[in-house]
Amino acid sequence: MSAALPLSSQLVNLLAALLLLLAFAMLAQRRVLTLIKLYAWQGAALALSTLIVAYITGHWHLYFSAALTLLLKVILIPWVLHRLIDKLSVRWDVETLINIPATMLVGIGLAIFAFALATPISQMASTITRSTLGIALASVLLSFLMMIVRRKAVPQVIGFLSMENGVFFAATSATYGMPLVVELGIALDVLVGTFIFGIFFFHIREQFDSLEIRHMEKLKED
Amino acid sequence: MEIALVLGVPLAGAVLLAAFGHRPWAPEANAAASLGTLAAAALLTARVIADGPMTALNEQVFVDPFNVFLVALTAFVAFTTALFSRPYMRTEEHHQRVNSARLRLYHSMYQLFSFTMLLTLLSNNVGMLWVAMEGATLSTVLLVSLYRTPASLEAAWKYFILCSVGIAQALFGTILLYFAAEKVLGPGGHALLWTHLHEVRGELEPTVLSLAFVFLLVGYGTKVGLVPLHNWLPDAHAEGPTPISAVLSGLLLNVALYAVVRSKVLVDGALERNFSGGLMMGFGLLSVVVAAFFLSRQKDIKRMFAYSSIEHMGIMTFAFGMGGPVAAFAGLLHMTVHSLTKSAIFFTVGHATQACGTQDMGSIRGLIQQSPTIGWGLALGTLAILGMPPFGVFTSEFMVLTTAMHEHSWATPFLLIALGVAFAAIFGKVQPMIFGETSAAPLPHRPALVPVFVHLALVLLLGLYIPPYLVDWYRQAAAFIG
Repeated sequence: MSAALPLSSQLVNLLAALLLLLAFAMLAQRRVLTLIKLYAWQGAALALSTLIVAYITGHWHLYFSAALTLLLKVILIPWVLHRLIDKLSVRWDVETLINIPATMLVGIGLAIFAFALATPISQMASTITRSTLGIALASVLLSFLMMIVRRKAVPQVIGFLSMENGVFFAATSATYGMPLVVELGIALDVLVGTFIFGIFFFHIREQFDSLEIRHMEKLKED
Repeated sequence: MEIALVLGVPLAGAVLLAAFGHRPWAPEANAAASLGTLAAAALLTARVIADGPMTALNEQVFVDPFNVFLVALTAFVAFTTALFSRPYMRTEEHHQRVNSARLRLYHSMYQLFSFTMLLTLLSNNVGMLWVAMEGATLSTVLLVSLYRTPASLEAAWKYFILCSVGIAQALFGTILLYFAAEKVLGPGGHALLWTHLHEVRGELEPTVLSLAFVFLLVGYGTKVGLVPLHNWLPDAHAEGPTPISAVLSGLLLNVALYAVVRSKVLVDGALERNFSGGLMMGFGLLSVVVAAFFLSRQKDIKRMFAYSSIEHMGIMTFAFGMGGPVAAFAGLLHMTVHSLTKSAIFFTVGHATQACGTQDMGSIRGLIQQSPTIGWGLALGTLAILGMPPFGVFTSEFMVLTTAMHEHSWATPFLLIALGVAFAAIFGKVQPMIFGETSAAPLPHRPALVPVFVHLALVLLLGLYIPPYLVDWYRQAAAFIG
């Protein structure tokens, strides 16, 4: 990165770095409550970076997208998740069975892989934010890893939502955002998906008296 | 106009069925809405045959020979499944496995599911295609867990998580596609419209497109049920209500494969070598072989036929991967006959499991004694799906095999062995279920077996004689994607 980069691009890069850091923090976080907070922060970083890109480029639909992100991923979904963990009384749940250092090491490997994969494509991008595509891919892969290692239902879903954040960040960083109608559709799907996950938590709890995935590993090939 | 009807009827059906709640006539209303969709699809087909491809709604939706054929098939199977669902769900209610609140959810989501599948097929905007595909997952996930048993919840959770993760990869692929298209078409809505992308596909950046295709194939391939992304499929088929297994197998897998093939057409235009075809052939062949060997280990009848669906989706993916007019023709024909045969099999399996009160193949015996129509339906359906002549599955599999011998002879032994293993496994298990002493009890509601025999008759017809206009139609679509 040269020092001649304008302030706004530097800000976007900073927020991108923050996004990646938050993805790592989520990977290492055992508490459900803190995970939700981290998710909200990730949403805030995403909304702010979209807003900056909107300001630089003057694309009005990006302002809209930033507002949508703020509304959905910083306020509505974290609120729904808070309500859920209260009702399910898993607010103070701690996941003890995961090996954090090993997960982090795999995560670093994934981040390097993502950067290697994204470099040739980033060089083709004409957008001001192109260097962030690698970060977006890295946070998608880190969320994927989080979903694989978690043994409880709520953190798995937060992993899924954070993966969607990473994909959205790729959309703004590589292309200045998808067309509005598509973004609205995606937002609708994510919202409905979150509600269905919520319904699911209650059904699972009713059946298994717990939200641990290990109860749900019975359907296997013998 | 016709397009609006095709999409509007199931959407209105979903809203009305949700608004009225469960009434004694809800199953009939469900079937009527599906019949309306079928009529609209027939009008649309007639219009496309007369006027050729068209776009509508500000180019957001489009019809061409490829998708109109799938729209017609989807509307038809959705209608026959709704007919089968009437006595099936009444019997489930009789056995107290579902209550009226769940039936309300079931009927409303059934229509919504039809709507999302048709929207996926008709969408010209690859972004909306993604949204509709995710909508199809969302509308079926609560149907898979309809019985709220531990096993069904587990199956639905797996289905939801795996397909959502898969579809997130597809979204990443779509963004990469947009990224490449934006350079040629400029930012804004046009850069995601398939018809526009198709025109400029030669100018799209090859490296970006090949990476995009990998993500799209993994993403939509999860929904197709390609090995090793297939884990959700047998569970979701085995634990959900049987009409849902029938539409998942017969329709949703086709729709997901349609999305893959649409992506392939774009990527092929941008790349010199057959990169996408090679990937699809690899995934397809792996699915055929792995699924065939899993078949013999199954105990649950619906699980076994779910593995058979993976095998057949593998054959189609392999055929489309080979490319060329004959293979693409075979792939399209196989899509049609597999969809008809597999849904017919699930109809009979549904009634058989209700009559015997179990899905365990060891406990289902002597179906032909209790009800000759169920027994014969299952026997003929099984023979058809195993590729016995003169059924249509034989024709399409034969075409795939001969093309493979010419162009990719290394793959033929794998295909032949897999088909042989699948034959032995399924035939060996189905035969004792049909003959012998029965354990089945009569059903409280008269089973709907007309759809079974209509489907099987169509498959037989397609095996003996494909009407010339249908051949034309398949040829046009095959030339388009080949």
